[in-house]
Amino acid sequence: MTTTAIPAKARKRTGDLAFAAATRTAGLLIVAALAGVAVFLTVEGLPALDAPAASLGGARNFAAYVGPLVFGTVLAAAIALVVATPLALGVALMISHYAPARLARPLGYVVDLLAAVPSVVYGLWGIGFLGPQLVPAYDWLAEHASFLPFFAGPASTTGRTMLTAGLVLAIMVLPIITAITREIFAQTPPLQQEAALALGATRWEMVRMAVLPYARSGIVSAVMLGLGRALGETMAVAMVLSASGVVTFQLIGSTNPSTIAANIALQFPESTGLAVNALVASGLVLFVITLAVNVLARTIVARGERRQR
Amino acid sequence: MNPRTHLQPARRATPLRLAGIVTALALGGALTACGAANETQAGSDATNASGPTLSGTLNGAGSSAQEAAMAAWQAGFQQAHPDVTVNYDPVGSGGGREQFIAGGIAFAGSDAYLSEEELAGATERCSGQAPIEIPDYVSPIAVVYHLDGVEDLQLSPATLAGIFAGDITSWDDPAIAEDNPDAQLPAQRIVPVHRADDSGTTENFTDYLAQAAPDAWPHEASGLWPVKSGEAAQGTSGVVAAVQNGTGTIGYADESQAGDLAVASVEVGQEYVAPSAEAAATVLQVSPRVEGRADTDMAVELDRDTTASGAYPIVLTSYLIACPTYPDAQTAALVKGFLAHVVGDEGQQAAAQSAGSAPLPDDLQQEALDHIDAISAG
Repeated sequence: MTTTAIPAKARKRTGDLAFAAATRTAGLLIVAALAGVAVFLTVEGLPALDAPAASLGGARNFAAYVGPLVFGTVLAAAIALVVATPLALGVALMISHYAPARLARPLGYVVDLLAAVPSVVYGLWGIGFLGPQLVPAYDWLAEHASFLPFFAGPASTTGRTMLTAGLVLAIMVLPIITAITREIFAQTPPLQQEAALALGATRWEMVRMAVLPYARSGIVSAVMLGLGRALGETMAVAMVLSASGVVTFQLIGSTNPSTIAANIALQFPESTGLAVNALVASGLVLFVITLAVNVLARTIVARGERRQR
Repeated sequence: MNPRTHLQPARRATPLRLAGIVTALALGGALTACGAANETQAGSDATNASGPTLSGTLNGAGSSAQEAAMAAWQAGFQQAHPDVTVNYDPVGSGGGREQFIAGGIAFAGSDAYLSEEELAGATERCSGQAPIEIPDYVSPIAVVYHLDGVEDLQLSPATLAGIFAGDITSWDDPAIAEDNPDAQLPAQRIVPVHRADDSGTTENFTDYLAQAAPDAWPHEASGLWPVKSGEAAQGTSGVVAAVQNGTGTIGYADESQAGDLAVASVEVGQEYVAPSAEAAATVLQVSPRVEGRADTDMAVELDRDTTASGAYPIVLTSYLIACPTYPDAQTAALVKGFLAHVVGDEGQQAAAQSAGSAPLPDDLQQEALDHIDAISAG
């Protein structure tokens, strides 16, 4: 018994060491990859800082070049999150707490399916279906809500507007936020939920008192992942959005700001020399924005949790 | 009402499995498409410009406008010479010229002729001899529009420029009415559609506007759309889709891609001319050569404000750029053979069929073939 146990224990230790080394390598590799991307973007992007206007699409300097792009990127992502977050939380709660199992399971599959649709297909759908379908709505908004700067008109006749792009993005980030939040909602300790119900809480009060506070940091993580997708989404935006590089809050017109990712995709094929550096530098700006937003969100969550304790 | 009964177990891997199915379907579609393309391009006979012994790999890169025609030329040439592989990377005109000057490729396709600076670099690359520049691909750019009830729209250059500059904003504008005395023009907003990406089509279109209507179009020719208004769409297909899906829209696109859309005629001299292969070739014939270039350099300064009868001045001209001599005999023979195939009757007809380009006029074709025939090793 003891003679056989010793080699078995030794073997287990080698396996343990190998596994630990493997996970450590994996962990370091991802950091190295991220650092590599950052170094590449910085080295390739730096020459663009003093590039002439000809390489910057006519903009005076790099800040004037990238400014409208940052504006467009943030605006499109903001629309997407404003629309997608409540919708995704609703879908997730419905799946985890409201729908009967018979309905919840297929509903979960359908939402997952949205994530499997390639972004070009969303782009085609946006151009060919969603945009034209929204034109009457945009006309109505331009006529009746033009006192708001968002709907100042004249409305686009093709529907390829900032609002359409934001809505397409919302549908693309919906499955990401839903999938993560519904797993977290499902993990809420049943005892807490039952306790809330036992104290006479209604279903909604139980969700508000037990489920949502438990899931708060998970919700923020999910929204951040969705935001990452919305900020970086390239193909669908490049196809759907009619972008002219302006800065405007008007959401239903033909003339819209472009986004960083879409601009890179559109201009890269015919760019040479410093124009390529300018595109890489704009990529670096996107990288920094995503990083900053993530750090900010983490800090907010951490502070909130500390206060709760 | 125990909520536990509603808690769902974790479910995973559905997106992955679905992605697999989608990929498989996409691959299947691509294979079928290839099969169909091969069938339509069959039936070209051998071009024996450089004998039957050609073999090896020929690399080129450049203009994406030539891509569709290039596919037909590659197929035709490789069918005639089974041991030859021709590669063409549609990286864009600028990238093609850059790679050619750096010596990475044997020939380049470019929507613009070499600038003076590039010419010096290319001369150095061709061991001190001026490079050959041949217009091999001429394609009319159509002004397409979507306006119910108006069929044969006619536009003068100034009106066209006014529309695209955003100065003429309604279809019943007096300037449009003057060009179209018989048409019933609605009081509808004009939505001009332009390319969102940097493109040779935009460069040629803006060059036309700048030359033919300098007062109404204060911008220079550029591959990037210079006006920050109007609707932008990605690629030729994007512009065509936007014009089709909108109402009161007007855009510009390669004539072969215009599809069912209405096409406007443009005022040239005293008449209105619609885009066609012959009209595009005519403007190439009446345009002067770029001054101060070698005999082998057929770069043309397109005469956009020509008044020649039957000429259509909104055309895209794309060039093949190659050296008159190559250090190694095999490359020289391959370039010579391939270029002769492209410029020859068979190649030009194949491009007309697959890409809707205008075959070269006879005299230009003969001149180009003479230059190609002189390509040698050494």
